[in-house]
Amino acid sequence: MRGFRGMLLGLLVSFGAVTGAAAQTVEIEYWQYVFDARIKAMNELIKRFEAANPNIKVKHTTFPYADYQTKIAAAVPAGQGPDVVQLFYGWLDNFVAAKFIQPLPRDAFPPAMIEKEFYPIVSAMKRDGEYYGLPTAVRSLALFYNKKLFQEAGLDPAKPPATIDELLDMAKKTTKRDAAGNMLSAGITLDFPGQDYHWWRETLLRQNGGAPYSDDNRKVTYDSEAGAKSLNWYADLQRVHKVGQVGFMDEGQAAFRAGRAAMTIDGSFRLGGFGAIKAFEWGVAELPAGADGKKANFASYWVNAITAKPTGEKLEAAKKFMAFVTSPEAMQLWLETVGELPARKAAAETEKNLNHPIYGPFLKALNYSYATVFVDEMGQRQVSLDMINRVLIQNQDAKASLAEAAKAEQAILDKFYKK
Amino acid sequence: MSMPIQQETSGGRFWGGLSLRRKQVVWAWTFLAVPILFYALIRFYPTVEAFYLSTTNWNLFSKPGFVGLANFQRLWADVVFWQVFRNTVLYLAIGTPVSLILAFTIAYHLDRVRFLHGFIRALYFLPFLTTAAAMAWVWRWFYQPVPIGMINDLLSSFGLPQQPFLRSTSQALPSVLAPAIWAGLGFQVVIFLAGLRAIPNTYYEAARIDGVSNLTILRRITIPLLKPTIIFLVVFSSIGFLRIFDQVYNMTSGDPGGPLNATKPLVLMIYQTAFSSFEMGYAAAQTVVLFLVLLAVSFLQLRLLRDR
Repeated sequence: MRGFRGMLLGLLVSFGAVTGAAAQTVEIEYWQYVFDARIKAMNELIKRFEAANPNIKVKHTTFPYADYQTKIAAAVPAGQGPDVVQLFYGWLDNFVAAKFIQPLPRDAFPPAMIEKEFYPIVSAMKRDGEYYGLPTAVRSLALFYNKKLFQEAGLDPAKPPATIDELLDMAKKTTKRDAAGNMLSAGITLDFPGQDYHWWRETLLRQNGGAPYSDDNRKVTYDSEAGAKSLNWYADLQRVHKVGQVGFMDEGQAAFRAGRAAMTIDGSFRLGGFGAIKAFEWGVAELPAGADGKKANFASYWVNAITAKPTGEKLEAAKKFMAFVTSPEAMQLWLETVGELPARKAAAETEKNLNHPIYGPFLKALNYSYATVFVDEMGQRQVSLDMINRVLIQNQDAKASLAEAAKAEQAILDKFYKK
Repeated sequence: MSMPIQQETSGGRFWGGLSLRRKQVVWAWTFLAVPILFYALIRFYPTVEAFYLSTTNWNLFSKPGFVGLANFQRLWADVVFWQVFRNTVLYLAIGTPVSLILAFTIAYHLDRVRFLHGFIRALYFLPFLTTAAAMAWVWRWFYQPVPIGMINDLLSSFGLPQQPFLRSTSQALPSVLAPAIWAGLGFQVVIFLAGLRAIPNTYYEAARIDGVSNLTILRRITIPLLKPTIIFLVVFSSIGFLRIFDQVYNMTSGDPGGPLNATKPLVLMIYQTAFSSFEMGYAAAQTVVLFLVLLAVSFLQLRLLRDR
């Protein structure tokens, strides 16, 4: 009997030792979706964080993009899943309404600090005075142009268009057609499902004096004179000037990659893909300014947020980790690994980054960028696609198409905000 | 001989009291219970759950709340739903007859070919083995404008105008349907061939002795005797066309469902409502409608094609 008791005691002691040791190390879990460069960058960040905080362990879990939100929605209410989570900025309202995430603790993330040090687009993360998430990196749009095609058309490959009038002129000069009139190479790609719907909404519309939404984002305001003017300008690229064609080479980015488009508008996330182009040299320029010199751009980002799950020492660990992944050091690493731009002004606008021929134009845009507040990203996107299709395929008048789109999108907004 | 006696003594009164036939039945049900349980858990339970969800406003981010038939009322008033419903009916109404007539014509003639018979049959069957997604992408490229689209390149070289295909509201649906028909053709041809082979030769010999024309043989002998095969294929391919998804999703991925929903089938709408907009309750209501349509179409076809 004695031997047995001794063994039991020993077991209890060792069990206590194990749980005691576990109590000293806090483990938190971090979730993001599968994207190789992002996983690599995050693994490196976790390694550095754990080296600096030996009593915190971070478990890094990833899911395919298609399942990502569903998994979060299943895990968090059940008290499972991540302590710190990455989410698209457009999902914030749903996540806040569902109480998946908690406001960032003010002691570690004072709103005044955020507003002073981060780019103003981060204000889209603010609800009732509280910030709910912070990005490591942000993305903006720019004009990519094919220097070889510029040269062939007799244009200076060091001088991309600075205004939309120049853009039209250069697009005309670089468009190539065969004897039957079939397009062989586009002056500029027309790809609304790509990034053009952001370009129209946040850039062209504003350059014509309009605004897509009211200041509180609850009213659609693009059904206006400016809306019709900008939509017609865009549609005329195909209808009148024939410098681009929807569906040419299937997608805008494919046309550019194949050297069959002189210009395309795309995001900084495309840098990785275009980096593989060997056949020609390409350059990046800020989006062309409007007739009166007005500049505008669309920025989007993924944020890190603390879920409703952690409390006590786990919450303290989550705060530390959040602070680390949004530090200037993490941002520089993210820029070099993923190609996305630092979300803090000081980290982004170093001399080196600003003068960088590729990062420079994207970074400069962050000072005049807008982050659209989406409530149903897919639904709102579909409204935009239908709007341009009615104009380009069914020859509907731009004004009528805008009115129809505004009505449909307003219904989506109303449905969300009345909840 | 000793085995049954042992069983009788050890197996208790109940088992021992059963006749051999009864025992066989019990054993059969024991084995059948496994798939039945599996089906109940994996199929029937979720189906019932979907009916329940269709009466809630569950959006993945909130607790489901009961809303009665509100989802169905919304569906009734939804313009997109009726467009999608029309598309789905078109897939069925064009897809099933066209694919069946094609498959029968091919099988009928292939049945008479001895030379390279196996090879030709394999050629027809090959697309059926191909992943729908891969095939959809190949066809998507066929339909592109000049300079990469094969069909438009061809049209253009004959001096004909380019066609928009997938980017048109009128041509997009047939363009998506074509590869779907082509993909299922091989399977239908093989089933028809098997059906044709199963018709006894004596009927044909008798007909020929009577000097009946080929057309009459086809109308009076071949087609009536193929009825079971035709019923099977009609039901099978109807369900397939009503549930079309892969081809549409992959051929129109930038603007899922084609320009202005020109090609969007019900299944794609359900997918988008559930997994892009996360309106689970509304998606469940659409699923219920699809379920009822499938049920009705299957019953109707079985009734119409049943032996009089």
